Amino acid sequence: MYQYDKYDQKMVDARVEEFRDQANRRIAGEMTEDQFKPLRLKNGLYLQLHAYMLRVAIPYGTLNSRQMRMLATIARKYDRGYAHFTTRQNIQYNWIKLEQAADILADLATVEMHAIQTSGESIRNVSSDQYAGATADEIVDPRPYAELIRQATSFHPEFSYMPRKFKIAVIASDEDRAAMRLHDLGFKLVRNDKGELGFEVYVGGGMGRTPFVSPLIRDFLPVEHMFSYTEAVLRVWNRWARRDNIHKQRIKILVHQWGAEKMKERIEAEWQEILPNASDIPHKELERIATYFEGPAFDDNAAEDIDLSDPDFKIWVDQNVKPHKHPGYAIANISLKPAEGIPGDASADQIDLMADLAEQYSFDELRVTHAQNIVFAHVKKSDLYALWQKLDAAGLAPANLDLISDIIACPGLDYCSLANARSIPVAQKIAERFSDAEGQRDLGELKLKISGCINACGHHHSGHIGILGVDRKGTENYQLLLGGSGAEDASLGKITGPGFDEDGIVDAVETTVSKYKELREDGERFLDTYRRVGMAPFKEALYD
Amino acid sequence: MKILTGNDLKTGEVIWWTGSDWSRHIEDAVDVGENFEALLHQEEAARRVNTPYAIDGEVTEDGPRPAHIKDRVRALGPTVRPDLTLKPADPEAGNWII
Repeated sequence: MYQYDKYDQKMVDARVEEFRDQANRRIAGEMTEDQFKPLRLKNGLYLQLHAYMLRVAIPYGTLNSRQMRMLATIARKYDRGYAHFTTRQNIQYNWIKLEQAADILADLATVEMHAIQTSGESIRNVSSDQYAGATADEIVDPRPYAELIRQATSFHPEFSYMPRKFKIAVIASDEDRAAMRLHDLGFKLVRNDKGELGFEVYVGGGMGRTPFVSPLIRDFLPVEHMFSYTEAVLRVWNRWARRDNIHKQRIKILVHQWGAEKMKERIEAEWQEILPNASDIPHKELERIATYFEGPAFDDNAAEDIDLSDPDFKIWVDQNVKPHKHPGYAIANISLKPAEGIPGDASADQIDLMADLAEQYSFDELRVTHAQNIVFAHVKKSDLYALWQKLDAAGLAPANLDLISDIIACPGLDYCSLANARSIPVAQKIAERFSDAEGQRDLGELKLKISGCINACGHHHSGHIGILGVDRKGTENYQLLLGGSGAEDASLGKITGPGFDEDGIVDAVETTVSKYKELREDGERFLDTYRRVGMAPFKEALYD
Repeated sequence: MKILTGNDLKTGEVIWWTGSDWSRHIEDAVDVGENFEALLHQEEAARRVNTPYAIDGEVTEDGPRPAHIKDRVRALGPTVRPDLTLKPADPEAGNWII
C-alpha cells in the first residue's frame, strides 16, 4: 500500500500544528465559533449531539495493521473505547474533546493518517473496491488511480472553495462493489478494442435529498488524462453551479438541469482548453505510486482445499469468503453486524485483534467497506479455519454478508445532529426479527439500508429495501423504499406509501419479505422479484 | 418553559443552564423565560459554552423535559449504548426520550 514520501509527511505534520494553533486560539477566545467552524471542518472535526466527532480518512478503505492499531489506541486514549466504520470507508470517533483534537491528529500523523478533507466543501476520501488487487474480475488494481487522484486533489487551491462536497470513486470490475454510480464522479477502468487502458467516466450521481444515478459522460478516457479530465469536470461545476441554495449546489443538480449531453459538451470543451497546459500527472508518478500496490508475494504452493467439517465454519465460508485471483487464497469478509450490535461499530479490543490477525493472515493489510464491514483481502485457504476461530471468539464472525441482517445504518438520531430519527434501534429490531440464520440464508442477497434523515448517509436510496427516518410532528417516522441498488445495476428505491412508527416499520419489512417469498421464482433475489413484479403487490400487502 | 443548552467549548459535552452555571444534567435546568438573548451572548463570550441556544421544554414530575426528541437524546445520551448515557444503571432510561 502507499507510503508517504517526505513531502506527504511534511504537509500532514504542518497541518497538525496549524490546527493545534487554531484550536488553541478558539479555546482562548481569539476566534468565534463562526470563524473556527470552517477550520475544524477542514480537519474532520464536527460538533455532534453529544460531543465533537472526528472523522478520519482511510484512503479507498485500505490500511495496514500499524494504522489499525493506532485507530484502536485513539479509541482507548481519547474516546470511549470504540469507533464507528462509516459508509464512505472511513472511521469516526463520537466523544472527542476539542482540547485533545490536535493531539489525536498528531498521533494519526505518526502512522501516515489524517482527517483532512473528511468534511466541508472539499474533495472527500476517494472510494474504491474493497476487493482491489485480490479479485479475479478486475482489469487492473484501481487503487493506484485512486491514490493518484487523492494526491492531485489534496490541498489543491483551485478546489478549496467549491460549491459543495465532491465524492469520487474508482473501480476496475464489471461488478460494482463501491456504489460508483452514486458518486459525483465515477471512474471505471476498461480496455478499448486495441487493448489500451482507459476509463468510462460517469458524472452527477449521488444520494442525499435529491438522488441520481450518474450518466455515462465519456466511454473511453485514456488513463494518462485522469487528472486533467477531473479538473475539467470540477471547473465546469465550479463555474456553473448554483451557490444560493445549499441543497442545489451538488454537481448532480447541474447534470440534471442540463442533461448529460450538455454536461458532456461543457466538460469536453473545458478539457480541450486544459489539455495544452499539461496538467496531467506524469506517467512516471503513476508508476511510482503503482509500485506500492504491486501485491504481496503469494505462495504458489498454497493449498486449494479447505476442511469444511466444522458446520459453523462452513456456513461462514459459504457466506463471507469470496474467490481470490491467486490459487490457494481467498478474500475473507469480517461482518461488523452481530446480533444486537451496532452496524459498523467495533471496540478498541476488536480493532486491535483485527490488526493482529491481518498481520498474521493477510499480509498486514485491511480494507474497510462502504457496507461498514472489514475485509482481509489475501488469506491462505489453509489459514481460514484458524482465522475464523479467532474472529468467532471475539464476536467478529457473523456469517451474514449481504444478507438481511448485514444492514447499513447511519448513526442516526442517537449521535447525529442532522438526523430526524434513530436508525440503529430499527436496524437492531430488524436483525432480531430475522435472526434465524437458516431463514436469512433462504432469503438470499437482500441489502437493507437505513438513514436517519434525508441526507442519506445510510444509503437508503440504494437499498433493495431502504428505510428513511423522518420527523413527523416531533415523533420518529419511517418511510419504506423498495428496489434500490448501489451495484452495477444501480437504481433508486421508490417509496411504498405512508410511513410507519418504529415497530410498524419492522412489521412492514417482514410483510415485504413475506410477499417476496410468496412471489419469487427460482434463483430470484428480492431485487429481481421486485423488478419483475413491480411495486403493486408489495403495496397491496402493506396497506390494504 | 424555555431551557438554555449548548456544548461545553473544550469537551463538547452537552450542558444545560442552571440559573448561575452550566450542568451536564437536564434535571438542573431552569426556566429562563423569554428574555435570554443577553444571557446567551454573555455565556458564549465567557467561552464556557459553544453556540448556546434556547429550546422549549415542559415541567414534569421527573424535572424539565425538552419538547423535541433530539434534545431529549442530547440530554440522556445514545439510547443504543445505555452504558454511555447519564443513567447507565437504568436500562429503561431510553424510554424517556420517546
